[in-house]
Amino acid sequence: MSVVAALLDGWTVLLVCAGIGFFVAGTTGMLRFPDAATRLHALTKADNLGVGLVVLGLLPQVARPAEGFKLLVIWALVLLASAVSSQLVARVATDGPPIEEDRNGRTAPAASGTPLDRSGSVGAGAQP
Amino acid sequence: MIPALERAVELAIGAMLVGLALWSVLVRPRFASIVGFVVFGLLLMLAWMRLGAPDVAMTEGAIGSGLAGFLLLSAAARLRCSEIRRARIGAGEPQRARDRSPRRSSIVALGVGCAAVAAALAAAVAALPHPAPSLAPAALERLPELGIGNPVSGVLIGFRALDTLVEKIVLVVALVGVWGLAAEASWRRAPSVDPSPEIEPIRFLARALPPVGIVLAIYLLWRGATEPGGAFPAGAILAAMAVLVLAAGLGRLPPTAARSLRLAICAGPLVFLGVGGLGMGVARGFLDYPAGFEVLSIKLIEVLLTGSVAVVLLLLVAGPPEEAASANGMRRPEPPL
Repeated sequence: MSVVAALLDGWTVLLVCAGIGFFVAGTTGMLRFPDAATRLHALTKADNLGVGLVVLGLLPQVARPAEGFKLLVIWALVLLASAVSSQLVARVATDGPPIEEDRNGRTAPAASGTPLDRSGSVGAGAQP
Repeated sequence: MIPALERAVELAIGAMLVGLALWSVLVRPRFASIVGFVVFGLLLMLAWMRLGAPDVAMTEGAIGSGLAGFLLLSAAARLRCSEIRRARIGAGEPQRARDRSPRRSSIVALGVGCAAVAAALAAAVAALPHPAPSLAPAALERLPELGIGNPVSGVLIGFRALDTLVEKIVLVVALVGVWGLAAEASWRRAPSVDPSPEIEPIRFLARALPPVGIVLAIYLLWRGATEPGGAFPAGAILAAMAVLVLAAGLGRLPPTAARSLRLAICAGPLVFLGVGGLGMGVARGFLDYPAGFEVLSIKLIEVLLTGSVAVVLLLLVAGPPEEAASANGMRRPEPPL
């Protein structure tokens, strides 16, 4: 194995591991943070930096430039999707959902109170 | 990858699939259950990829997870609206509201039925001889006669073209069934996708994403001849882009009475039927493509099928035409898609 190939492999291992680190941190944050805004913060870091670092790490491994371009496009699409979906979740979290389902899946008018404090009201309404 | 590691990844995917399936059935809030179902579909994509079936994975992601997920979410939103309306109207008589939810006995019967089907399927798979009987070598051997390189496309549009043709007709029949649900007053009106309540981010996405989606759909259609892809995933992506535009309130569907719309629905299956019927005259039989024109016939059928699949899937998601109850000045009238 030439020196260049070894260096490129090292780059891949380093960046993919860093990306995985962001995913682990983001997942931990989403499970542990107290409210919707901070959980979104954790989640978007995993999407933006985690996927980005994994993509950058994989770039030296592609066989053709077109494959590398596809990886970058995937990153850009993930960025777009994560930006839009976190906006949507954040808006629902701050405005409060118009109606909420209780634990039996029946709907009831939303409870009053500051929506951001209601843990579990955003994303998965299934926190036990 | 090391075989042991591969096995571990596969086992993890399988375990997560079973766990997610159970969770999405057992969890009570509707929204959570649907999210579980969508994630289940995405994980199923990974499972199909591990099994070496990227064509199935793409269709599962686009249809099973994406469009079906959207359909379930909008159904849940409608149920919620009608439940609220009923709660407001019938506040004094909760008895009637309760009567409309399914009985425990029917839920149990449904569960037992589903479990029986699953058990029968598992038994059938377990009873398969090893190695399973396969027509793959025979199909691969004759593939060059069709002039295309992707064996999945070859089977779908060549060797088993009859199945594909009937499948496309079934899609049209399904749409007829959905339209049949329209009320008398709204028949011939335009179906619509309920606009998203949080409109700005969706509107941004609906402006940014469709160019990428359209290029991707054309790419999938084009390379379907040699690599995984083809008419169905391409049509599904086009339909998804159109749903996005409609949910953002940036466009409108033409009324169901519009001749152009009906032509777009039928164009794919009709041309498929026509080229297939031509085979009875100039080739060896129905759906046998004329010698020398295989690739041209297949391309023509695939392009028109993509359009029809996209339109039909979009209309299936939009549902039957309805009286525009909540139509307000918010939506800018724009030319139909």
